[in-house]
Parts: sequence; C-alpha cells; structure tokens
Amino acid sequence: MKSPLAALTIATTLALPSLAMAGPVTLSTEMNSYGGDGAYLVLYVTDAEGAYIGTLWMSGGKSKYYSHLSDWTRASGGNLQEINGITGASVGAGATLNVTLELADALFEAGYELHIDSSVEDMRDVPSEIVVPLTVEGAGQAVTGSRYIKSFTYDR
Amino acid sequence: MLRRLHNVPGLFAALFISVLALSGVVLAIYPAVDRAEAVSVSTSQISALDLAVRVVQNHPQVEQIRHTASGKVIVFYFENGRSVSLIVDPENGQSVTDYVPSGIERWVTNLHRSLFLGDGGRIAVGAGALALLLLTISGLQMTARRMGGWHRIFHRARGTGMQRLHVDLGRSVVFGLMFSSVTALYLVLATFEVIPDGMSQGPVFPSEVNGGPTMRVDQIGALHSVGLAELRELTFPYPGDLTDVFSIKTAKGEGFIDQATGQFLVWQDHGLALRIYEFIYMLHTGQGLWWWGLILGATVLFIPVMGLTGFFVWWRRRHSYQRPKQNIAVCAADTIILIGSESGSSWAFAGTLHNALTAAGHKVHCGSLSSFKSDYASAERMFILAATHGDGTVPESAKGFLSRVKLLATPPPFSVTILGFGDRQFPKFCRYAKDVSETLAKMGWKTLLPFATIDRQSAQEFARWGRNLSQVMGENFALVHKPIRPKCTTLTLHSRSDYGAETQAPTAILRFLLPERGPAARLIGRALPRFSAGDLVSILPPNSDVPRDYSLASSRNEGMLEICVRKHPDGLCSTHLHDLQPGDTTQAFIKRNLGFRPAPGRKSVILIGAGTGVGPLAGFIRDNTSLRPMHLYFGVRDRTSDFLYGDDFDKWLADKRLTSLNTASSRAPDHSYVQDRLLQDADHLRVLIAKGAQIMVCGGRDMAAGVLEALNDVLAPIGMEPATLKIQGRYLEDVY
Repeated sequence: MKSPLAALTIATTLALPSLAMAGPVTLSTEMNSYGGDGAYLVLYVTDAEGAYIGTLWMSGGKSKYYSHLSDWTRASGGNLQEINGITGASVGAGATLNVTLELADALFEAGYELHIDSSVEDMRDVPSEIVVPLTVEGAGQAVTGSRYIKSFTYDR
Repeated sequence: MLRRLHNVPGLFAALFISVLALSGVVLAIYPAVDRAEAVSVSTSQISALDLAVRVVQNHPQVEQIRHTASGKVIVFYFENGRSVSLIVDPENGQSVTDYVPSGIERWVTNLHRSLFLGDGGRIAVGAGALALLLLTISGLQMTARRMGGWHRIFHRARGTGMQRLHVDLGRSVVFGLMFSSVTALYLVLATFEVIPDGMSQGPVFPSEVNGGPTMRVDQIGALHSVGLAELRELTFPYPGDLTDVFSIKTAKGEGFIDQATGQFLVWQDHGLALRIYEFIYMLHTGQGLWWWGLILGATVLFIPVMGLTGFFVWWRRRHSYQRPKQNIAVCAADTIILIGSESGSSWAFAGTLHNALTAAGHKVHCGSLSSFKSDYASAERMFILAATHGDGTVPESAKGFLSRVKLLATPPPFSVTILGFGDRQFPKFCRYAKDVSETLAKMGWKTLLPFATIDRQSAQEFARWGRNLSQVMGENFALVHKPIRPKCTTLTLHSRSDYGAETQAPTAILRFLLPERGPAARLIGRALPRFSAGDLVSILPPNSDVPRDYSLASSRNEGMLEICVRKHPDGLCSTHLHDLQPGDTTQAFIKRNLGFRPAPGRKSVILIGAGTGVGPLAGFIRDNTSLRPMHLYFGVRDRTSDFLYGDDFDKWLADKRLTSLNTASSRAPDHSYVQDRLLQDADHLRVLIAKGAQIMVCGGRDMAAGVLEALNDVLAPIGMEPATLKIQGRYLEDVY
C-alpha cells in the first residue's frame, strides 16, 4: 500500500522540520486472533508532549465509528480532512496491515511518537494501544500491543 | 401486473429472504437469553456513582464500564499487559464471570447483515429487505382484491388449501414482515449514511480542564445524577494524565466530567437523528426489548413457509397452462378466442377449445381480451372466455376491453359467445363475464350460444357447453378438457344402499374401501390423500376423459369413502356408478374443498340439503362427536322412498350428534320443499343466526336459489341478509 498522498499529508502538517530528506517507511501491523470483526485502526504521530502532528493511515471506512478511536479523535479533533486519501478497509483478526509511505527523516530521533488506536465492534476500544518513539534504532524492532495488535514494526 | 410483481421477486428472493429471516430468528433469541443471564437488579436504586465506587473497590485498574441493552454490566481494564473483560454484579461490583462475546452470535450477525461480503453484502441484504417489503405490499393488495376490497381483508379466505394457507399465514404475519423490512431498510441506509444516524456528532473533547489533582471516585458528583438504568458507558481518565477526563454516555446524551472538580465540563443531549436510530435499532434487533424481539422473530419464522406455500400456489397455476399449438394471425382467423383471466386456468380451457376447433378445420386465433381490435377481417365467430375472482373486478388481461367495445358504431358482422369462469363460493360469481354479456347484448351483438358459466373449472360443464356448441355449429367435435390432475386411485365398492326406485329417481349411497396405504405410498402419491366430508371426489368413468365431481359424505379416518349418487337417465358417470356391485372398482382422485366445512367452535350449524346434497351434511353430523348443535333441514321426494340416511338420523338424534331434523317431502300431500320448512321455522332460525349460527347448503342449483330466497325473507325482520353472511363465511354453498 504505497500512498504518495500520505507523504503529502505528512509533509504539509510537518512543515516545521527540514523536509529536504525523506524516505520510504513500511509500517507493519499484525493482528491477534481476538475473535471479533475487523478492527478499526488509526496510525498517527504526536510530539513528545502528545500534541498531534499528523495521521499516517486509517483502516476502516465508516467515519461515524471514528469516535471510538478516542485518542486520535481527541488529538486530531476528528477532522476527516486529516485522513483524506489515506483510508483503507478494517483489518480482520489474524491479518496483517502493511502501509508504505514517504516519511521525513527529521521525524526520527526527534522525540516524535507513533500511536495506534484500535476499536472492534461490540468489544472494548483501546486508544493508543501502540505508542512507540520514532528512532533510528527502533526500526525493525517489533512492539507488542495490549489487546488486538500482536506486533507492530516500522522499517526504513 | 400485481401478480407478476408478487411472483417474480417472490421466486427469486424467497430463498435469499429465507436465509435472512432464519438468521434473524436466531438473533432474535439472543436478547432474551442475555436478559436471562444478566444479574437482575432493580436499576432504579443504583446510580452511576454507586456503580463506579463499587467497581473501583473491586477492580482498581478499571478503565471502562459498559452497561449493555440487555442489562449486563461489563468492566474492562488491563492487568499485566493483559486485557480483562468481566461481567460484574452492580449490587456489589464483584465479578460474576468473564465476558466473552458469543462467536456464534457474531457469525450469524455477519451473515444476517452482510452475508460475510462487506458493503456489497449489505447492499444485497438491503435489496432483500426491499423485495420482502414489495412482496408484503403486493401480497396484501392481491389479498384485498381476492377478498373483494380492503374492508374485507380479514374475512375468511377461500380457494385451495395451499392458497388459503398462504393467505391466512400472510395476513397474520404481515405487520411483522413490514416492520422488519422497513426497519432493515432504514438500518442499511443509515449504515451507508444515506439517512443520518447522528453517530458522528458527539460532543467535542474539552480543550481546557481544571488540571487540579484527581478526586476520589466517590466525589465525582456528576455521576450521582445518572441512574444505572440510563448509563451506557463510563470511561475513566488515564491515570496520571491530568488533562484527561471521565467520558460518559447515557441513554439521553454524552459528555465529559472533569476529574478534578467532579462536575460536567461538556454535556450534549442526543440529537433527534441518533434517538431515532437507537429506537429503530432496538425495534429491529430486540436488544433492550427482548419480548418484542421474540415476537418479531416468531413472525419472521414464517417467511420460509410463506415462500414454500407461495411457490406451490405458483407451481400449480403454472402447470394448469396449456397454450394452443398453432395460433393463426388475427387477420386470417375465422374464429377468434379472447381470454380475460387473472390465472392460467381459463387459458387452458381456451387451449382445449382452440385445439378442438383447429382439428375441425377452423383457423383459430387466441389472444387476451385486452388485445381486442375493432377490425377482424375474416372472423366468423368470436368466443370470449372471462374469469372472475374476488370482488368481480376486471381481470388483468381484460383491461380496456369494454371501453373499446363501446366505441364501436355498429355491432360486428360475426357472432359472439361468452363463457364465464368462476367459483360459486365467491359472492360475485362470474360478474365480469356477465357484465360483458349484458353490454354486448345491449349493443346488439349477435350471439351463437347464450351466456354460460363454468364453476370451479369443471371439465364436465365445459364438455356440456362444447356439445351445445358443436350442435349449433353443425359440426362434430367434443371439448375434452384435461387439466393436469393427480394420479387416479382405484376404489373398490364395499357396499351400497339403494333408495328412490319408487319415485323414478334411483339414488344410492356408495361406500368404497380405501386402498392399502402406507406412509411410503402416501409419500409417492399412490394412496388417497387426507379428505373429509365436504371435499370432492372426482370419478373418472370408463371410456371417458372427463371426471365428474361428487361431494364426499365421509372422512378418511372413517376408513371408508362414501358418496350419494342419483342416477341420471343419460348420465355416463352416474350410470357407471349405479352399475357397480360390491367388489367392482372405479378410478378416482380427491379434490380438496376446504371452503365447505363447518367453522371450528361451538356455535350452531344449520344444514340445509335436498336429495343427494344431504351426503356431505350427513358426513358433518356423523363427525360431530363434540355434540355442537346441528340442525338439519332436508328435502326429499317421498319419505318412504328416498329418505337417505333415514335410520342414521334417528340414531344421531338419539345420541345428540343431530339436534333437530326437519324434513319436507315434495310428493307428500302438502307438496312441501325444504324452503317451506325454513319459512315455517323462521323464528327459530332467526334466533340461531342472530347468535352466530353458520348456514351450509348443499344440493341442486334451483334448491339453493329457493333456499337463498327463503332465508332472505327469514332474515329481513332482523335486518340481516344472506349476502352479508356469505361474505363473512357464515353462509356456505356446495351447489351442482
């Protein structure tokens, strides 16, 4: 899933750091067999203080359920413009979501954190199930989620 | 058009809708099961604050509390990185069991709403709901038409057993089906956000909070005002995040509570759209209204039955079709047959006529009555075969015929013959054909044969009409109509009782043995089906293809098939039957006649019959083991000669199966008929009928007409009339 628009979104919202350098990053999210319907996932970036920077990917097509991704809604204000062009289908139990996008080098080693909020119908919502700092060393290291996400990895 | 609308989506959709219906039935059970499993507490005594305090005492890591529509309280939190979901008792906050959503319920839900096919499946399901709605509406319209108008929609259904089952079932579940399909359509449209459901319009997260230290849960005053009954969801703030808040959702609205002040920061009532959505969601799923779910589920359970009975009705009608082999063009035909019919049966008769006339050397064109033109270049004769069902409205394929005929300046040079098809059980028997006949007569159309009618697709009546026709035309042909009919069974005569020799009206009660029947034989159609008094047996005499119908005087569980037959001088079939001696056999099949049965219950039944017409009435009396009041008025020629069932009546009067017997003899000195007895007994009859008695008449056409007239006079003083009783199904006739 290569999304040039994702890069564009990030680029416009991340105007602060130098954008001279950017490279492809693959975000890989593997789901547990949690025994439910497809999960809504949103991948977004905040700064060290938790202030919202931008959204990388939204899995789940119906915007009326986005309020269940409560940290993202709170951080982004639930603005649908933020995810314009970077949405896909919800991710089934046991499936893996792979998203590749252009991410500015300046986002790494600068205190930024990548969050994943998850939500499954008739099951609990897990805001910020994954919170992982974006570092050079962290690339390729799997992180375990608390409920639905078996592992998350970003590869540069 | 109505029928086509009902048929086409019906046949294609029945199977699909049945899948949705059966999965819906399964889902309808869950709310009731959930309800039974939930810890039952009086929610009015407990506030959200009480609940929160109790939960925190037992589960200090709690992140979220949910209160489901069925009344379960579920607590969520993480413990050592593991997600925990517990059902707790709201009385004390202690866990009852782990909360594990049902995998089967989820599977069935996904089948029910999307066929596991995502949005495409949801659209298909929506189409199924729409088809169900269309079927329900068109079915209701067809029923109204059949019953003779919307005001009679709940009157007694008539027709074959399968048709009646379809109509009766349909009428009892119609509201449930409409309800399910309309709410389903709403939910599909709401899912695709065609109809707003207000779900994405929650309150905005507060940008500023007090920021002070977190209060203990028991100090969060805002929760005090929320009762457990209305609480849906309470989410606790992240421990240590002073900018976070309590989020709360209730039946009325949702909001955020400051963790430092315990007061609402934001509150928003649910918008109208969301309230409507939640209400309809509850009504469709029964979640939060378990008993309603069960009712809806029970009605929906009948959808597959409706589909099956509907299919059989369609199948039977479809197979009564016999399209003519070669149809000559309109301009070249010397004989034109025009058909106005809602069903295929009249087309089948037209096909027989067509083939017979073609075989006799005519050039025949067959078409619908609505295709009538003002110009038939080579026509010498025209036949109009018009069926009427229900309230006598214009059959679909006859639309516009009369208005076009009325535009003609002069009557055509060719002759016309009109034949009406109908069912005497309906109040407006052959009304449309009669209207056509009267209109054409007024306009001066020549007729070849006078107006005639065929009752209940009688092949015998049709053959008789055919004989008249061949005579008038001076040609030699016969109309042998062979409707698709069940296989014949061989009946063996067991015994006979003879009457009426002295009055030159030989009449016999014939009792036939039923053939050996096992379940397997019945399954493959080798044995006689179930029958009871009032049904018909069609006897196929040797050397004839035209079966004759006789009313049955016994039911199958008596182990005997009994009929009364009067010998007609030239009657092929009655002569054949009268020639039978014990041990002789004949060919027969059963035709159900469910329209002629005593209504269930304890109300009195007035039985009126003459001659062999007493047969089924005697059968009803013999079956009257519940000893409900039955009054028989019986017309004979001479009590000493043709008093059928004479000895039995004495026995039945003695054991109260028969309440009273009134006999009229036309050859007795007073020359009385059964209608005279009715008039003499008028006071008694008025009392019985005013109390809800049912009237059943069986016998010849003239007698039935006389009885109708007499009862008109009997009932006039109390402001009732037989026509109304007929519509209510309280005045039944079996006339031949």
